[in-house]
Order: sequence, then C-alpha cells, then structure tokens
Amino acid sequence: MVAAFIHRAIMQGIPLLFGATGEIVTEKSGNLNLGIPGVMYVGGISGVIGAFLYENSLADKSQANGFLAIMIPMLCCLLGSLIMGLIYSFLTTTLRANQNVTGLAITTFGVGLGNFFGGSLIKIVGADVPSITLSVTSKFFSASLPFASNLGWFGEIFLSYGFLAYLAIIIAIVTSLYLKKTRSGLNLRAVGENPATADAAGINVTRYKYVSTCVGSMIAGLGGLYYVMDYANGIWSNNAFGDRGWLAIALVIFTVWKPNFAIIGSIIFGGLYIVHNYLNQFFPFIPVDMSTQELIKMAPYVITVLVLIVNSMRRKRESQPPEALGLSYFREDR
Amino acid sequence: MATITKSTGKEPLFHIVRRTDMPIWKSWLIRILSVLASLIVCAVIIVLVTGDNPIQIYATMFKGSFGSPRRFWALLQGIAMLLCVSLALTPAFKMRFWNIGGEGQVLMGGLGATACMILFGNKLPAPVVLLLVIVVSILCGAIWGLIPAVFKAFWNTNETLFTLMMNYIAIQIVSYFTYIWSSNKGNNVINTINNDTHAGWLELPSSVDKYGYMLNVLIVAALTIMMYFYLKYSKQGYEISVVGESENTAKYAGINVKKVIIRTMIISGALCGVAGMLLVSGTDHTINPDTAGGRGFTAIMVSWLAKFNPLFMVVTSLLIVFMQKGAIEISTQFGLNSSFSDIITGIIIFFIIGSEFFINYKIQKRAKEVEA
Repeated sequence: MVAAFIHRAIMQGIPLLFGATGEIVTEKSGNLNLGIPGVMYVGGISGVIGAFLYENSLADKSQANGFLAIMIPMLCCLLGSLIMGLIYSFLTTTLRANQNVTGLAITTFGVGLGNFFGGSLIKIVGADVPSITLSVTSKFFSASLPFASNLGWFGEIFLSYGFLAYLAIIIAIVTSLYLKKTRSGLNLRAVGENPATADAAGINVTRYKYVSTCVGSMIAGLGGLYYVMDYANGIWSNNAFGDRGWLAIALVIFTVWKPNFAIIGSIIFGGLYIVHNYLNQFFPFIPVDMSTQELIKMAPYVITVLVLIVNSMRRKRESQPPEALGLSYFREDR
Repeated sequence: MATITKSTGKEPLFHIVRRTDMPIWKSWLIRILSVLASLIVCAVIIVLVTGDNPIQIYATMFKGSFGSPRRFWALLQGIAMLLCVSLALTPAFKMRFWNIGGEGQVLMGGLGATACMILFGNKLPAPVVLLLVIVVSILCGAIWGLIPAVFKAFWNTNETLFTLMMNYIAIQIVSYFTYIWSSNKGNNVINTINNDTHAGWLELPSSVDKYGYMLNVLIVAALTIMMYFYLKYSKQGYEISVVGESENTAKYAGINVKKVIIRTMIISGALCGVAGMLLVSGTDHTINPDTAGGRGFTAIMVSWLAKFNPLFMVVTSLLIVFMQKGAIEISTQFGLNSSFSDIITGIIIFFIIGSEFFINYKIQKRAKEVEA
C-alpha cells in the first residue's frame, strides 16, 4: 500500500517536474514565464493532435508502429511548446513587453487553445469517433519494463513507469549539471542575475534569453504530453490538467531554483496532491471527508509561500530568485 | 572606433533607440491599428475554423452582446466586474507592485459576503446583514492583499510569486467552504442563498432594475471616477507614482515607502473585496471556486493595456468583454468549444502588447560607415 502510494505520488509528480525544470531554465535567464500553465496545455494538446491524426490514419489499429506512435506526438508536442516559447521570447526579449502581462496572456491563450481543440478536434477533423481516446498510442507511452511487475515493491516504486518519467528525471539532473558545471550554464545564470554585466562581459544576452525560454518551454510541454498520454491513458478531457501548471511554478520556488531538488520536490507535491485518497487507509482513526481533501490540496501552495517568506528573511545568497527576474533588458537603459 | 566595428563586421543592421517624444494621438493611433490588425487575424482564424464569411461572423458577435436588452445588460455587467477588478489592481501596478493575486482577493471578498449571508441571514434584520456583508467582504479582500504587502515592505519578499500562490490558497479555502455549506451534502453546490428573504442581497427594486445588474454598474462607474481622481489628484496617488518610478527617490523625498506599499495594497485588496461582494451579494447570491472567473488575471491585462488610466480601462474592458461574449456566441452557433473566446482574447492581447514596442522605441537603420 505504501508502495502504491509512492507510485501514484511519482506519477503525479512527473508533470510537475517537467514544468518546474522548464521554468527553472527559463527563470535563470531572468524571464519569469507565467505562461508555463498555458505552455503545458499546448504541449499536451499538440501531442494529442499528433496522436489523433496518426491513429485515425491507420487502417488497422493493431498495426501501429511503436516508433511512429511515440515520435509523432512527441515532435508535435515539442513543436507546439516551442512556438509558445518563441511567442513569449519575441514579445518580452525583442519587443521588451512586460513579462507578467505576456506570460498571463500566454496562459489564457494556451489553456484556451487546449480546451478548444480538446472540445472541437473531432468536429474540425470530421472524424467518426465519440471522444478523444488514444489508447493505442498511449500504450507505447505507458509501457514499462516487462519484468517490473515481478519485482514486488521495488519494481512498483522504481521500474513501473513509462519512458517519459525517466526522461524527466534525466532532464532535471542534466539541467542541474549544466547550470552548475558548464561555462554556458554560468553565462546563463549571469544573464539572469545581471544582464548588463553579462552583456559587458561579451555574453549575447538576447540569444541566451531566447534559447533558454524556448528550451524551457519545450521541457515544460513534455509535462503536458506525459500527463495526457501516460497518466491519463490517452484520454483528453478539458480542464483535467487543472492547476498543475501553477503547481510547477510553485515547485520552482519550493526547490529554490534547483532542478535536482525538484526531483524530490515533485514527488512531495505529487504526494500531497493525492494523499487524501490514502489517509483513510493509513490512519483509519482520522475521519477524512471531501472537505479535508480541499484543505490538503492547499498544502503545496502554503508550503511554497512559507519557503518564499523564509528565504526572503534569511537573505541567503544561494536561495534567492535570479536578481533580474521579471525585468526586460535594454542595453541603452542605464 | 570605426575600425573596431569594421573589423568585427558583425554590427547589426538595425539599431533600437528609446523614444519619449511620440505625440499622444500617434501612440493611440498605433494602439487602435494594432487592435484592428488583431481583429483581422481573429477573423481569418474564425473563417478557417467555421468556414462562414467574416462579416456574417462579426454580425453574430454583435448579436452576442447587443441582441436583446438582457444581453446588453449582461455585457454591461461583464464590463463592470472586469473593470472593478482592474481598478483594484491599478494602484498596486502604478507602484510597481505586481499584484497578480486579484483572483484570490476577489474570492476572499466573495467568501466574506457568503459567510455573512449564510450565518446571519435568518438571525439579524436584513439591513444589518447587508451592512455586515459589505464590511466583512471588504475586510477579507483587504487582508488577503495586506499579507503579501507586509512581507514585501519589510523583507522584500517577491510579491509576484507570493500573490500568485495566495490565489490558489483562496481557491482551496472557497472549495472547502463550498463543501461545508453545500445545500445537499456532497454535491458541492451552494444554492441561491436567502432566496426567500433576500437578506444580504445588494439590489434595487425589480421595477427599476429589471435584470439585476444596474446597481453593480452604477457602483463601478462611481468607483472608476473616484479612482481616477485618487490616482491623479490626491497626495496618496502622487506618492504611489513616486514609489513606482523609483523607491530611492521616494525615500529621499521623505516618503515612507513601507507605509505606502502597505496602504496601497490594502486599498487594492479592499476593492477586489468589493468586486467579490458585487459578484456574490449583487449578482450570483452564491459562491463557487470559479466565481472570480479568471478576472483577476484578465484585469491585469486590462489595466496594463490602458496604461493604468481608469478612464481608458472602460474602453479596454469593453473590448475584451465584447470579444469574449462574441466568441462564445460564435462557438454556440457553430457547435464549437466555448474556450474559443480565450484564444481570441489571447491574440488581441499579443497584438496590443507587441504594439507598445513601436510606441516606446524606434528602429534606426545603421548609418553607413565612412570608408577610411
């Protein structure tokens, strides 16, 4: 039962991990992309559109090619979220628009886009199916190692996920190493801390902002793809993704802008998201009803606020947001 | 100097400079043009999706807002509510305090109103309940705005992230009470509160106000004018602008920055509380976690697009509410998902955000280097 709980917590945490890693990469360049929830929706729906078109083009669904079934949705997802990242970068970096306004517009637009295509895709394509159920492609996404189920709790906790879950952890570790150990990661952090100094040191601020925002968006978009193709078994329902995008932004603060902490953080947040289902089993003597569930779902946000407060009070240099977070950079403004 | 630039050979072809000299009429011309451009793009997308001709579509959109007196009043109500939240956020934005917690502050205000209506509805006389509703909802909103402000003022806690998180805490608190007070245990719906006594309802007699939106519209109209004068002509409004321009200047001028931050956020939160009260006590007479309906976020864009001028906000919120209502009308007519309106809103905002660049900056072509 504990193993089952951890398993579900990790499943819940993976989209948050993708989102948080993407947002960390973005924020390290000084771009506070509040459009991440929208980007994750777009990532999800782009993957769904790709998978839907692929499945509908098949005459016989049992003939689905595993490679294509994974690559088509994944490339669509990356492309969709890349476009969102480009819109954000173009508006904030090139046109120097306000980041908060742009980000929120991206969220409105992205969530709208997701729900619109989710609700109207069948009508637009003119397909003859009752709902978007991508069970065939989804099977390839959620396929875990064949012997995982034979290994008891060990298999359930460590080996029972689709490949995207492992990809999320790998991306988080690689990002962490990139930011800490490489010259280019150092440059990126410099851009986020003080773009004027970085510029004077010969770092191409615009390029770093563009690349990190776009790469960040693509990573975050994969979170949407994981959610719908693996977690939800290929069934898209509008607004099912819920507030996970905002939770991912909360996770960034919770983990003080460190992707390797985000791995653990995402599991904690994922656990808090579902713990109400298990409280009755763990502690039969505590009465838990629907109302307590709503209060428990508040926990990640409350914890995040506390982390934010404590960090601002301690003024420790390592745990502050990037200094220039949220500010547009214009070379001639000094 | 010329030799250095020539030797690298990578000097960009264009050069961007800030400009401050654009006449007001010209900057508004650019904004209007960008709105027109966005409407054209929207039209193209709508035509691609629906296959109908664009003029027909805009006619449909007009019908969505002006088709009947009820729809027209609903449009006014939509504008009033969005405008109310925008007005609330504006003083904070002018101070460069990014209050993106409007959603939560509205919800807490609404929750305060709901609580008074439910708890005192049958115990106290109706006018007293209404008074309590007004006071408590304003207080709840103000407290929700005050919390991040105190931490910003004393410890410089990042207010964007703080207020953002407070939204979701508020949503969960409202979800909790929706369950506790739900009319039938477990269905999570609070039916119309005090339907028989109308205790705590903010309303005009139905002979004057047929659709029940008039009082809201009048209150928000009054607030708009008050906010305009507060920001433009009062001492406090001036302090807000100075703190927004430069905190250091404000300090040297002897302004107590902490006090201004806290006071302004109390005003901002309190006005959001008013919006929550107008929604709960003035219109819906019930609450759910979606009562604020994303207005806390849309209002940020409304306020920013209007350059923090309360009078222009009437225009920007009209534009956004009109497009949303029109897009919803189109989607019902063509059997599409109603989220279509969010896509349209997003596109319009992208265009207007982008147009600001051409108002604040100009692009100069690089002057030809003189051959040595």
